[in-house]
Amino acid sequence: MGNDIILFGLAGVIASGAPIVIAVIGETLTERAGVINLSLNGVILLSAMIGFWVAVETDSLFFGFLAGMVVGALVATIVAFSSITLKQSQVAVGFILAITCRDLAYFLGNPIMGSQGPIMLSTSIPFLKDIPILGRLLFQQSLMTYISIIMIGVAWFWIFKTRPGLMLQGIGEKPAAAYVRGANVQKMRYFYTIVGGALVGLAGPLYTLSVKPGWKGTITGLDGIGWIVLAITIFGGWNPIRAAFGAYLFAFLQWLGLVLQPYMTSIPSQVLQVAPFPLMILALLFVNMGNTEWMERLIASLPDKVRLRAVKILRSMQSRQPGALGTPFERQ
Amino acid sequence: MSSPFLKIKREKMNVEFKNINKHFGPVHANVDINLSIKSGSIFGILGENGAGKSTLMKVLSGFIQPDSGEILLDDKVVTIDSPADAINYGIGMLHQDPLDFPPMRLIENFIVGQKGGLVPSYKSTMKDFEELQKKFGFSLDPEAYVDTLTVGERQQLEILRLLWMGANALILDEPTTGISSLQKEKLFAALKILAEQGKTIIFVSHKLEDVEALCSRVAILRKGILVGEVPAPFDSDELVEMMFGKVITLGERNNLSQEKVVLELKDLYVEQYPLRIENVNFQLRAGEVIGLAGMEGSGQDILLRACVGLIRPISGKVIVKEKDLSHKNYLEYMENGVSFLPASRLEEGLVPGLTLAEHFTIAGDEKKGLFIDKDYFKEKAEKMIDEYHIIGRPDLNVESLSGGNQQRAALSLLKNSLSIILLEHPTRGLDIESAIYMWGKLKERCQQGTSIFFISGDLEEILQYSDRILVFFSGHVSPPMDASTTTLDQLGQLIGGKGWKQVFDTKEKL
Amino acid sequence: MNKSRTRSISLLFQLGGLVFSLLFVSIILILVKSQPLEAFRLIWEGATGNATRISSVLVVWVPLLLVTCGLLSTFTTGMWNIGIEGQITVGAIFTTGVMRLFLETSLSPVLVITISILAGMIGGAIWAGLAGVLKTFGGVNEIFGGLGLNFIATALNIGLIFGAWSRPGVASMSGTEPFPEQFWLPTFQNFRVSIWSIAFAIIGLVIIYFMLQGTHFGLRLKAVGKGMKSAFRMGIPTWQHMMLSFIICGLFAGLAGAIQVTAVYHRLIPSISSGYGFMGLMIAMLINYQAIWLAPIALFFAALNIGGIQLPIVLKLDSSLTGVLQGSLVLFVMISQGVKQKFLGRK
Repeated sequence: MGNDIILFGLAGVIASGAPIVIAVIGETLTERAGVINLSLNGVILLSAMIGFWVAVETDSLFFGFLAGMVVGALVATIVAFSSITLKQSQVAVGFILAITCRDLAYFLGNPIMGSQGPIMLSTSIPFLKDIPILGRLLFQQSLMTYISIIMIGVAWFWIFKTRPGLMLQGIGEKPAAAYVRGANVQKMRYFYTIVGGALVGLAGPLYTLSVKPGWKGTITGLDGIGWIVLAITIFGGWNPIRAAFGAYLFAFLQWLGLVLQPYMTSIPSQVLQVAPFPLMILALLFVNMGNTEWMERLIASLPDKVRLRAVKILRSMQSRQPGALGTPFERQ
Repeated sequence: MSSPFLKIKREKMNVEFKNINKHFGPVHANVDINLSIKSGSIFGILGENGAGKSTLMKVLSGFIQPDSGEILLDDKVVTIDSPADAINYGIGMLHQDPLDFPPMRLIENFIVGQKGGLVPSYKSTMKDFEELQKKFGFSLDPEAYVDTLTVGERQQLEILRLLWMGANALILDEPTTGISSLQKEKLFAALKILAEQGKTIIFVSHKLEDVEALCSRVAILRKGILVGEVPAPFDSDELVEMMFGKVITLGERNNLSQEKVVLELKDLYVEQYPLRIENVNFQLRAGEVIGLAGMEGSGQDILLRACVGLIRPISGKVIVKEKDLSHKNYLEYMENGVSFLPASRLEEGLVPGLTLAEHFTIAGDEKKGLFIDKDYFKEKAEKMIDEYHIIGRPDLNVESLSGGNQQRAALSLLKNSLSIILLEHPTRGLDIESAIYMWGKLKERCQQGTSIFFISGDLEEILQYSDRILVFFSGHVSPPMDASTTTLDQLGQLIGGKGWKQVFDTKEKL
Repeated sequence: MNKSRTRSISLLFQLGGLVFSLLFVSIILILVKSQPLEAFRLIWEGATGNATRISSVLVVWVPLLLVTCGLLSTFTTGMWNIGIEGQITVGAIFTTGVMRLFLETSLSPVLVITISILAGMIGGAIWAGLAGVLKTFGGVNEIFGGLGLNFIATALNIGLIFGAWSRPGVASMSGTEPFPEQFWLPTFQNFRVSIWSIAFAIIGLVIIYFMLQGTHFGLRLKAVGKGMKSAFRMGIPTWQHMMLSFIICGLFAGLAGAIQVTAVYHRLIPSISSGYGFMGLMIAMLINYQAIWLAPIALFFAALNIGGIQLPIVLKLDSSLTGVLQGSLVLFVMISQGVKQKFLGRK
């Protein structure tokens, strides 16, 4: 009995992790190309609201998701234009959009607050669903959850195994070297910023149409998710698989907060609900520490044997950001 | 080789430059260059730093477009708009800083930029790679990550890649910088094989020794002008003269050095990838001027920075005025009267976005109350502008000054009573008048007992102003030489790695 | 091009940004079938219609101004102190905590208020210092370190309101038990704004203005922000200055939090920072990080916030419209600056 409940909960973790997984993959693609799209927090809210709205109006989940992607792509286009073409600070533009899109979502979403909309139901996969444990965990989910899982593999394959993916890595790592190999750096950066933005925009409606159905304004509970996505992107070391692990970890911690609540009455429930956020970001500390100067000096001063081991451990935790992340590319 | 490119492309290609001109702002980097390079040969392009070699090669490889002039491949005029264009024409360039992707594996580096299906076949690429590298006797591990390779190995990778992409003409920009002698031998052997196959090899260098060992013909550039072409066998003295110009009679030198030692290096060992400098023992006396001669990247900049705490030594000691500062940071060196003027003025020297007056405010020791006495520092700036002949105003941001004026400003910012001033290329980019002025100012300080330790690519400058000279070559440091008995020719050969054994009686193999 | 002409062109582009943002918001209003002009008029009325409203604007203006003052310090060293929200919150928590300690003592209320405000400033500084430590010693980008600390501050705040400091019997979103009136910063007659908090704001602005414009310290901060390597080479200890700029910012943010507690809400509430930190970041961008325009622009933003309150009451529109207006204003001004630089050359 207890096992069933846990399994049910874990299946829920896979489902509620889905939007984070998709958004993290989107941002990973964008940052792999060397562009930081900091607007995520606003984009997820805005696409969640508009996606829900469109789904209500059209009574179609598909159009809801599509609308969310369009919103994400549009906002990403603004980021791309200001940072790639106009060479304004990516951080500044992204931050402004994060705030503005959030407010826009609350403003435009006001009339549809509390409306009933379509909800994506789960579709069990025949045969596979009957596999013990795994079937319950993975194969009695909604279509979008399946897509999110497939996407992890596809994105990983794209970045690390395909020709354009290798070039993508190159563009974010050393644009000049990509340029001598024939890449149109600016165009590709636009492309991946917009594609990444569209994926982030898919995460929004996934909340309002499936994970946390409906639009409830400021209490929808999505404010902050976008910032977490950015943190998980770093935590994931710009690798979709590791990033997906981070996303599920976050969803798991949130679930754990809910589960533990009755047992920890001394801690107000609101604290447990936000607890995963700081935990996730503090994880960044460990990921980044190896890059600091004092740590390098400390390691350099260790005896050889210990040093090699320490370097190995740090290396495996570390996430090395794309070399040209956040810097514009000039042809000469 | 199964690369589709090699099959359709011709194997040989003659390259010709016609009246190439290129300006960078006021600098005429290439002046009417005419040059014809035959396929199947190794053609050297020799010249000092800033002579216009790289500019010319970047024009050929599509990185920059000339202001005027044409490029002919096999007598046909072509327009090369981008590096990708160049490679389609069969021109590949090996850049001085390898343009590769350090966090990727070798084989991935090899593939990036190669056209083909969505998923590249690692198996067949691996086979090509192995076949290709066997031809040149390279032994690279295709699964290794590029950041674990030495510069020499990264070059090998890049050469293989360019050939695989179909390069018939191969440009190598200063390829022997930072590689071991063994790797150099391998590189030269590979280049000779390629030339025999009929490929056009353009070898850009400022190292006499390398050019002499490898090239069948050399073109010499000086200050953007093609000075001449010389076929092998070469006369070193003639090449030196063409590179550096006629020897100007040296002005009066005055040795101001005193007995007191202000800086001592003891068994110093510093490392900065890819160079390491070992066993440096040296004493700098008060009032003395030491010139560090060497081709760029031979290690002189590393030693200089180690003397001021910007690079921490791995072992050995740096002693300033009898105080061991080996593991202290730069700020402590400053407190002990050591000051450093770097070559990249706007990155490390002056703060872009701040005015001249603000620079004097930061750099000055006086009037350090809470509030800035703006009038005082404006006046000070005016005074210094006057004294150092800076063309500018106190309220002008430093980045809007010309290079020479930035350098004067940097000099004028130095505190008054310094023990040691370390300079990187103190007169680079300055006209003769400014250079003479700079040195006048520096010598004034020597008279007050300040010692100077400077790097220069200009050998005449080194001979003219140093009391003693340290020569650098690939991380090796010579014992100090007396500047008054050293000739320009001698120095020119030494920095090219020639004649070390005779002069220093060293057993080291270079 | 002479100076006055470049300046007027620059102004023209900035006005262009304003026009575009108004247009953008108008389009949005038309989309939701509202009258743009009516909405703008309502906001204006809502902010300036009577003395009470004007005093409410000042209530917002004070913390907004203080927070932005602090941010100018971190921006001067080239850093994005997104942790500002948490710094305000922790300032408010410290103030509340210290005040609770002294409520039952015989100390004079004036002294208690003073100590509590100082505690708030220290709290903000500690929180900012943490972001600085994460940045300089942990290698964590200040944006993410700051965000993490924001979340922690929020959790702490809510935890206290619902836990240790909850109202007897009724722990709720309405906050902790209000302080007795003698522990409030005195206000003008019936108006909400306190003369003291306005004085703090003005003093803060003057301090930050002179610090950045006139002191050696401010100049060194600027040098670190403009060129860290060069600044270090000129003898400025860079990480120490980065830390100090964080701590100064934290002092200001903490003061803003303390004022929220002592002069505005008289207790700790869940959203004590009211989003002023992020708003301050936007103001700082809009004034191009120069203190000189800070007071009027902050006043403008405060007026929008207060005026926006009328929107739901009269037009049944969400008040977040003012946020959209503020955000799009900053965005369009930035884009028009970029366009100017790209097509008319730099500066």
